[in-house]
Amino acid sequence: MASVGIVTSLIAEAMPLEAFVPVPIPKQKVSLEINGKKLDLMVDIRSTLQDLLREELGLTGTKKGCAMGDCGSCMIHINGNRANACLSLVVYNDGNKITTIEGLSNGDQLHPVQAAFLKHDSFQCGYCTSGQIMSAVTCLREGAAKNREEIKKYMQRNICRCGSYQNIVDAIEEVKKSGVKV
Amino acid sequence: MKKNFNSAYLPDERVDGLEKVTGKAKYTAEHQLPNMAYAVFVCSTIAKGKIKHIDTSKALSAPGAIDVMHYENCPKVPGYQPAAFPDLKNVGEWRGLKVFGDPLVRFYGQPVALALAESIESANEVAKLVEIEYEAEAFETDFDTLRKDPSKLKGSNNYVRGKIQAYKEAPFFVEAEYNVPIEVHNPMEMHATIAFWETADTVLLHDKTQGPKATQSAVARLFGLPEKNVRIIAENVGGAFGSALRSWANVPAAVIAAKKIQRPVKLVLTRPQMFNLVGYRPQAWQKVGVGADANGNLLGITHHAISNTSRYEDFREGIVDASKFLYKCDHVDTEYKILPLDLSTPTWMRGPGEATGCFALECSLDDLAFKLKMDPIQFRIKNFTEIQQESKLPWSAINLKDCYAKGAELIGWKNRKQLPKTLKEGDWYVGYGMGVGVFGAGRGTSTVRAILHADGRVVLESAVSDMGSGTATAMVKVAANALGIPEEKIKFVMGDSDLPPGPMQGGSTTTSTLGSGVHLACESLKDLLKDMAIQMVDSFKSMAKDKIGIEGLKLFSLDNNNISVTARELIDKKKVSFIDIVKTSPGLNTREIQKATNSFSVHFVKVHVHSKTNEIQLKHVVTTGDAGKIISEATARSQMLGGAVGGIGMALTEEVKVDHSTGKISNATLGSYIVPRHTMIPHIDVWFTNKPDPYINAIGAKGLGEIAIIGFAAAVSNAIFNATGKRVRDLPITKEKLAKVKA
Repeated sequence: MASVGIVTSLIAEAMPLEAFVPVPIPKQKVSLEINGKKLDLMVDIRSTLQDLLREELGLTGTKKGCAMGDCGSCMIHINGNRANACLSLVVYNDGNKITTIEGLSNGDQLHPVQAAFLKHDSFQCGYCTSGQIMSAVTCLREGAAKNREEIKKYMQRNICRCGSYQNIVDAIEEVKKSGVKV
Repeated sequence: MKKNFNSAYLPDERVDGLEKVTGKAKYTAEHQLPNMAYAVFVCSTIAKGKIKHIDTSKALSAPGAIDVMHYENCPKVPGYQPAAFPDLKNVGEWRGLKVFGDPLVRFYGQPVALALAESIESANEVAKLVEIEYEAEAFETDFDTLRKDPSKLKGSNNYVRGKIQAYKEAPFFVEAEYNVPIEVHNPMEMHATIAFWETADTVLLHDKTQGPKATQSAVARLFGLPEKNVRIIAENVGGAFGSALRSWANVPAAVIAAKKIQRPVKLVLTRPQMFNLVGYRPQAWQKVGVGADANGNLLGITHHAISNTSRYEDFREGIVDASKFLYKCDHVDTEYKILPLDLSTPTWMRGPGEATGCFALECSLDDLAFKLKMDPIQFRIKNFTEIQQESKLPWSAINLKDCYAKGAELIGWKNRKQLPKTLKEGDWYVGYGMGVGVFGAGRGTSTVRAILHADGRVVLESAVSDMGSGTATAMVKVAANALGIPEEKIKFVMGDSDLPPGPMQGGSTTTSTLGSGVHLACESLKDLLKDMAIQMVDSFKSMAKDKIGIEGLKLFSLDNNNISVTARELIDKKKVSFIDIVKTSPGLNTREIQKATNSFSVHFVKVHVHSKTNEIQLKHVVTTGDAGKIISEATARSQMLGGAVGGIGMALTEEVKVDHSTGKISNATLGSYIVPRHTMIPHIDVWFTNKPDPYINAIGAKGLGEIAIIGFAAAVSNAIFNATGKRVRDLPITKEKLAKVKA
């Protein structure tokens, strides 16, 4: 029962407690490449990538805004595709290449999207920013930044409660127009 | 880090921007302490009653379990029962829910136990295994029904100027009822507390708070400790909008648990818990009547309101306030009551009661203008006044007319038709609307330490936190201006209660209050340098202070330019590595200056409403602010953008739904409580009058966080009315509701 975190939690809520027998935490070996670094880890099989990154690996740039895939604050890249870190169990990611906001800039050189976010004041509190930037990068890479409306549609999965949406689209549009490789 | 874009906008970048775009900025829950335990709230599944029995045996046998804390085993806390701790000096009764203090359940989702475990995964599992039996009682959550029963209402607060209900005698009048549902702040960062007892009587907290000093005081009084024994760190706050203006149950829960298990404890709320454990905008019913003569002169305003509170605390806000003072009118009466329900306590949410009140007032004025066949802007200009109508004091500054003119120009008001349904683009009706916002502009007390290092760096310190509005960025600009040195040389340090006492970030007062403190500290620093020159430099000896000039960090004689000394030389001469000064800037007494102080806004909206489906699409927004001098253009603009986005949510999507058969919030997720997302946002223009207010403070700046949203929902409603002739007075305005209304 206790073998799949998110799924279990849903089942557990629906089941009477008597039916739920706790068992010792099984751990599993997982190999991941995170921001270019290979890691062999023994992980709690209930761990999501979100909690592994934030609580175990100190990569707190990936945020927790809802833990149920609604807000986009935890957006990361798994094998180059954007994904909600909160919806992905670590054990399902054996052998995967993961990029977080910490792995986006190249040494001291900001990624063009990061620089554009700075220039356009595309954030206020900064909490959704990592997720917005990670989505913005795949938006550009996947050719989804054709115009402002297309950018908005692609970015729909990322909430910014401070309301910096217009400045976020300004930043993405500028990077797109500059033609710089992302 | 280097940036690979040309940096034309560099001066406007946030001072904390680099950390935020690289993911390095750390928020409360992102700190790790050695041997830290993870905590998760177990919340009640009834709305009212009593815990009959708690069985934690299964929970405690789960792997990784440390403890389950609840009312039976919760250590005695002085602030929960001050009378029982007469020997402690600094005890104060805890405000609000005394979590785990008794077996009573006061609302659905109230924390009734705290699961403590070695990891977040284990804590979640332990929480699920706690078994609780309740004795449920009948409860009341249905605002719409209960507010009609006068015996349920509390604390009538009335105001009368001139005749009561004078609007009814006016040749032209309108009256209508309005509803604003419960809305939730929902900052992206969830509330969190990490508590660590460093010794038996000193505690360190990482906490999401808009005021480190207020949290320090609350925790100190909870345990009867001297304030210096409590340290609060809040270096980055991931939004709050009012939710972190006070300490909620997560603070005592984490601090008590850390004491109980003798380990640091990290407690992070879940998103569903964010809907009722850290406040919300209360539901409000309003009835507004406004009347005028044929020329558009207002003859009467009546504004009644009822908003909900909890059963265990009274919460009231300024819902009817703007009606008392904004427009020229001799006959005004207001009435405000609260309705206690079996829900958690509401709190101030951005624009607080004024946003609720101005929605009703500004829609009513739009209706009356329509009845008078007057342009809504002209109608407001007709009733414009430079005298605050309640206090009868002149405003320190009011430039609303500039906002009307510029906003009208930017939105294309000249294209607006007075009659609905006359402007169409394809199948879409086109409408233009506007609404006014007003909020108090205060100035509180703040203490700032200014440090000047020998190498010319200036560090400013104050115990404030910043929820995203850009406090540090603005303060660096204030200091750069006062000292005449480049911004790169200045650092603003905050987010720690050990720093000199700074204000709470709320009520649109930070820039005014803290800016005054920074300005004063910088001016005093210059003064100190002059004193040092007079004392230590022969050529300055016996020189009068006002004969000494200072530019950048160089002092010189105003009579003889050849006599000069640098700050560096003075600091070196004193044989120290830095000099510093701590200054307290006093609050503003409006009686002393005999002025009323407010910030103002006017919002303009262009909307499309589909003639067959009633789908609503915002096409263009113009938001104008009259908030004195703008200190930091980029961050001020961003605040106005954010207010408009918040206003769009208030107008069109945001609504908490309570299931009255259980008392449970049925849409407590960001997937079911709809906040604005990218595709809902049209092009937004921001414009400021940017005229210094000569009375408010030395820097001429007023707050604008609240006015950014106040009046916005009315602008949307008024635009929809202009498009369709339909008025939905029950927020949010949806196409389903529009379909039911007759034009």
